[in-house]
Amino acid sequence: MLLDEPLIFERGSPGRMGWMLPAAPASIELPRELRREDDLVGMPEVSELEVVRHFVRLSQWNYSAATTLYPLGSCTMKYNPVVHEALVRLPGFSALHPLVPDELAQGALDLLAQLEEALRAVSGLDAVCLQPAAGAHGELLGMLLVRAYHRDRSDARRRRVLIPSSAHGTNAATSTLAGYEVREVPVDQRGLLSARAVAAVMDDSVAALMVTNPNTLGLFEEEIEAVAALVHERGGLVYMDGANQNAILGVARAGDMGVDIVHFNLHKTFSTPHGGGGPGAGPVAVRAALGAYLPIPRLVRRGAQLAWSEDAPKSIGRLHAFDGNFGVLVRAVAYILRLGGPGLTEATRHAVLNANYVRARLRGTYHLPYETPSLHECVFSDRDLQEHGVHTVDVAKRLLDYGFYAPTIYFPLVVKGALMIEPTETETKETLDAFVDALLRIAEEARTQPTLVREAPHRTRLARLDETRAARRPVLRWRPPPRETAEIS
Amino acid sequence: MMEFPEDLRYTKAHEWLRRKGTEAVIGITDFAQDALGDVVFVELPAVGTQLTQGQTFGVVESNKTVSDLFAPVSGRVLAVNQVLRDEPERVNEDPYGAGWMIRVAPSRSEEIETLLDAAAYRAFVASEQKT
Repeated sequence: MLLDEPLIFERGSPGRMGWMLPAAPASIELPRELRREDDLVGMPEVSELEVVRHFVRLSQWNYSAATTLYPLGSCTMKYNPVVHEALVRLPGFSALHPLVPDELAQGALDLLAQLEEALRAVSGLDAVCLQPAAGAHGELLGMLLVRAYHRDRSDARRRRVLIPSSAHGTNAATSTLAGYEVREVPVDQRGLLSARAVAAVMDDSVAALMVTNPNTLGLFEEEIEAVAALVHERGGLVYMDGANQNAILGVARAGDMGVDIVHFNLHKTFSTPHGGGGPGAGPVAVRAALGAYLPIPRLVRRGAQLAWSEDAPKSIGRLHAFDGNFGVLVRAVAYILRLGGPGLTEATRHAVLNANYVRARLRGTYHLPYETPSLHECVFSDRDLQEHGVHTVDVAKRLLDYGFYAPTIYFPLVVKGALMIEPTETETKETLDAFVDALLRIAEEARTQPTLVREAPHRTRLARLDETRAARRPVLRWRPPPRETAEIS
Repeated sequence: MMEFPEDLRYTKAHEWLRRKGTEAVIGITDFAQDALGDVVFVELPAVGTQLTQGQTFGVVESNKTVSDLFAPVSGRVLAVNQVLRDEPERVNEDPYGAGWMIRVAPSRSEEIETLLDAAAYRAFVASEQKT
């Protein structure tokens, strides 16, 4: 049952409060700078029970991985084990002040050293920086390292970054932010980046290639080694967006593919809560030749002790206060230690198996624009539903009626009307079957009762929102209505 | 039925251009606004900006997607349609009229001759829809 709920500002009554505070003694005079001159009109005046009900009700409107399958392609919404939450709340982690002397934080530093070592191992690269606070932040670090590398070699010709059309949208933004021009390289009919396409545009003006592998179609870039060799031959670097590493972790390593720089999305691949804005963690691993440029401070060993060092003259400097989002890093280490090396590989295989199970059951009913074997996610389109006037967005909305969160829609852009499904390894066969059955029924409904699908959802608290009006005339802030009686004694 | 007025010239990127003496008015076509869906935001260049034929001069954002706008001709921007800042829906309602985007002084009038006429553009749209 979903109960209606007004804004917290619309609840309550003037003068009502959750806590009865003792009257302030008349002798206490607050210093002027601590006094608030404006009144508090518009602040909620509510009881504790009203507050509890308000937020519990709002929480019941949530869809989350804790409620239902959350098959958002590209997002890796796997289950986040509850024990990680208990571990990260241990006072040794949660109450540790970031400015505590190194010798009093050896346990935390040791955890960071373990994580760096694990990321070097799974990437096949030589040095790691844990600071980036999210994937796009890791990308930015990567491109700043590219700049530092070329600048250090006095190579001023390089002003371009090559990005395949199947890349993550953030890649182009990152390159631009780092001061580069973006040149898009089209994918071929397999949905892959070919060495031939790269050879056609690779020259001395290219600073780097940014490639997402597997790409946003869930396809492994089979020619990555040849592509990397081409880029290296002309003096460029290869950056791999590692957002999709849930498809290859423990099976294929970026370093072995010829990649120079890769970022991890710990919040995706290593199972920490995300969605709704973070916090995330986007550590970056690099080849030895780029290690000198990594941010400070760096974790170093001095005898038996670990310590922070800022002795790195070629470093690009600081990227983040302290050492990134520490809580996310703790959860990632917990995930790695619980599964172990073989466990990480097995999780990858299950993620790929689950996505391919969904793909195999849906193909034939939904149009599959690329036949190339896919890994951890699969991309369908609405091509075959259009004759019934049903589009991707309608399928997504109708899925809500069946109790499933919708997959990613209209992305990647290389597929018209894309429906991008990533079930992850943490779903059971029963759940996958129920999800596929729902999609098959929706395809049937599209043929027999298209209006039902076009007007979905029917079972959610609200049906279709006016997205156009929300975008054209957004109300970004609640403002108090004028009050008739604003006197508060 | 989509309209492609006879007195306009068109690009394969779905912009239109109307000659007005030595000046030209530019917008996006009926086909473009239909394909985009509800337009929610239009980003246009500053007056005085120099445009190069085929290069982007702005961005149009709809509920479905974000698209670059490509200059049909080179030239200097004389005016932009300020109304679109608050009423982007004009692009959907009246793409060839109130939904105009920029007015330019073309620097190479021969470029206009490279643009499609209404019949050619109509044929191009028909071939696009088949794929």
